[in-house]
Amino acid sequence: MIRTLLSRHSFPISRIFRKHISTTISTNSSESLGLLPTSQSPITPKPHFFNAVSTDGKQLPTYRVIDGVGNVIPGAEIPELDQQLALRIYRNMVLLPIMDNLLYNIQRQGKISFYYGEEATIIGTAAALLPDDEVLGQYRELGVLLWRGWGIDEAMAQCFGNEQDMSGKGRQMPVHWGSPMYHFHTISSPLATQIPQAAGVAYALRRDPARRSKNCAAVYFGEGAASEGDFHAGMLFASTIASPTLFIARNNGFAISTPSSEQYFGDGIAARGAGYGIDTIRVDGNDVLAVLSAAREARRRCVESGRGVLLEAMTYRVGHHSTSDDSFAYRARQEVEDRTRIDNPIARYRLFLKNCGWWSDAEEDELKGLLKTDVMRAFKLAESLKRHELKEVFSDVYGGEEP
Amino acid sequence: MTTHSIAPAVRAVRRLSPLTFSFGARRWESTGAEPPPAGGHLPSIATSKILRGTREAALRTPGIKWLDEGGSSPLQNTIGGRETRKMNVYQAVRDAMGITLSKDDTAIVFGEDVAFGGVFRCTMGLAEEFGRERVFNTPLSEQGIAGFGIGVASMGQTAIAEIQFSDYIFPAFDQLVNEAAKFRYRSGGQFNVGGLTVRTPTMSVGHGGLYHSQSPEGFFMGASGLKIVIPRSPIQAKGLLLASIRDPNPVIFMEPKILYRSAIEQVPIDDFELPLGRAEIVVPGADLTLLTWGTPIFHCETALSLLSEPPASLASVVPESARGARVELIDLRTILPWDIETVVESVKRTGRLVIVHEASRTAGVGAEIAAEIQSKAFLKLHAPVRRVTSWDTPVGLQYEKFIIPDAIRVLDGILETLAF
Repeated sequence: MIRTLLSRHSFPISRIFRKHISTTISTNSSESLGLLPTSQSPITPKPHFFNAVSTDGKQLPTYRVIDGVGNVIPGAEIPELDQQLALRIYRNMVLLPIMDNLLYNIQRQGKISFYYGEEATIIGTAAALLPDDEVLGQYRELGVLLWRGWGIDEAMAQCFGNEQDMSGKGRQMPVHWGSPMYHFHTISSPLATQIPQAAGVAYALRRDPARRSKNCAAVYFGEGAASEGDFHAGMLFASTIASPTLFIARNNGFAISTPSSEQYFGDGIAARGAGYGIDTIRVDGNDVLAVLSAAREARRRCVESGRGVLLEAMTYRVGHHSTSDDSFAYRARQEVEDRTRIDNPIARYRLFLKNCGWWSDAEEDELKGLLKTDVMRAFKLAESLKRHELKEVFSDVYGGEEP
Repeated sequence: MTTHSIAPAVRAVRRLSPLTFSFGARRWESTGAEPPPAGGHLPSIATSKILRGTREAALRTPGIKWLDEGGSSPLQNTIGGRETRKMNVYQAVRDAMGITLSKDDTAIVFGEDVAFGGVFRCTMGLAEEFGRERVFNTPLSEQGIAGFGIGVASMGQTAIAEIQFSDYIFPAFDQLVNEAAKFRYRSGGQFNVGGLTVRTPTMSVGHGGLYHSQSPEGFFMGASGLKIVIPRSPIQAKGLLLASIRDPNPVIFMEPKILYRSAIEQVPIDDFELPLGRAEIVVPGADLTLLTWGTPIFHCETALSLLSEPPASLASVVPESARGARVELIDLRTILPWDIETVVESVKRTGRLVIVHEASRTAGVGAEIAAEIQSKAFLKLHAPVRRVTSWDTPVGLQYEKFIIPDAIRVLDGILETLAF
């Protein structure tokens, strides 16, 4: 009842209505009819319905830099990139599927509970962020941590929940990483809860004199999580209560088994950005250079304006949702194999690097050999370690005096 | 004491109860012969002896811990030089937030309609005093408010969020139970949101109906990692809120909204805290433990008065032998984690426990306390643990007096427990 009394709609709507009627009657020409009071909304005498963000009704465009064989597409510019950075990006991209495959296989042996990952969008955005930008992930963002220097050993320790797991002392399922040192907030299983939290993290950055106008909060989520109320709350808060929050939507077309066509009816996640009045871009998420370039600009706008910015990366998930899932039950095997071959983000980028003369087949073999050895060594170490002491079951529930 | 003789009288109380209800319901009838009592349906708050109306009494509040600069020096710790000011609960809450905003540069206060002072006036003047960057309105989204606050607190800053009514806290349930409560544990102690305090008005006012009357503390009872605090008075509100804000854990601070204006005390103007996790024995006794929190503490006080000095209309149903019963009244104050030690120690002395709360009975907080007491004090109990609660129904508007437990139902519970 108090809430009803405070309802903010009744008065303005009646004003809107009266204004609309009177202007419609007083003039019938196409000249400017003025604006709705207290807004920038022009008055129009015609009832105009719309269901697209663009005025021509087309879907939002997708920003791309390199094509499927690594060539720069007409009109595109390569983002500022030297050989060292280019190869660092590549090595990190290659590492992710190697870890994925190993963890996938050992999960099949029952040694860990589950794992899944996704690479290009993650490394492209990670490379665009400052190392101390706060990151709130969903679960596919291991690449951000590895990019920042968190080790394979730490990742394996978390997956095995052994005594070296500092992410959660073996309390959480695999892939629930976290590290304050690397500004990566610990993953939790509920989807989208991290999104409004990111707005709060960003507000805290804005209130910290040492980090104001320097850092942003970057939050990752899938297009499925964007169906949760928390997504809308997070976008709304970061735009209304100005907070430098970079929203990174990974639209891979599937939430477990549900295709995006059954997830939403509109034009993806990007179409929602304008509804919150925030700068938005859609990018080819399998093109790491497009992601890098778009994320850099998105980050710049985010920090400079102090408000939310939305980046939607369109990817195609080549793996299964998780190891307890067989996606061939709902996708044609041929379709997946075609995409893997034609639109593999690593292959695309490797071809680009070769075109630049920065990469060779010999280096490829050497890198993969080294990474596989590293990952196997870390796996064997993680497997051999004990768990945390049993008393840790009862620690960290409360801070301060234990009840 | 002899109790066997009062059973018929207890039955008489039950028969009497509908008459009492109809007396209460008279406020709705324009033809009623008697005007409603001054102060409405809770006349006891204005005259309560539980409230500390003098400076001397206020400064001697049990467990008070002074936190001003030099607070540890012997001079500062004497009460001699300290001042008090007459405040109601909303002014005391506002005072606690004002002190926090003054002393803690990271502190922010936010929620729906907070900037203009809040619908219950708890944030009045704070935006003007501390600026809109620190005291601000949020969009109308409880999950957003909770999530935003968690994010701020995860960065080591102090977030004081307001949920406009505790009836509307449920959209934030996921953020509070799955996120805030588990933040420290799931990160192996690397992250925490101890800086988060969620304030929310709670309990009934007599005319709030289904969605302005609820007491949702029980729904959070299983969320280890959270603390739940409910004050009974202005001094308690200020001291417990300051302790909640500074506690290294997320706290849901539920403010009984009928007390915002009606409960008035002399409140120390200095910075002080009252301890979390500690119940307070408000009235010592030896024959029965009466345990409650928030608004019903005043119904309990009224019930004790009806017990010892029944008015003529009740005299026939309150036997002489029961009138001398010394009832120990305890304010639980912190609902999670609750002070098992104090309550168990009391029940071991008295052998009888009556729990009063406004939330409905099934799986209410009283159920948890009763289970723990029967386990820890089984052989000391002379009677079953009695729960005086709302019925297992929503709070229907025109029947609130029948649903929310009042002094007569508390008296009935005491008499039955004494007579068992």
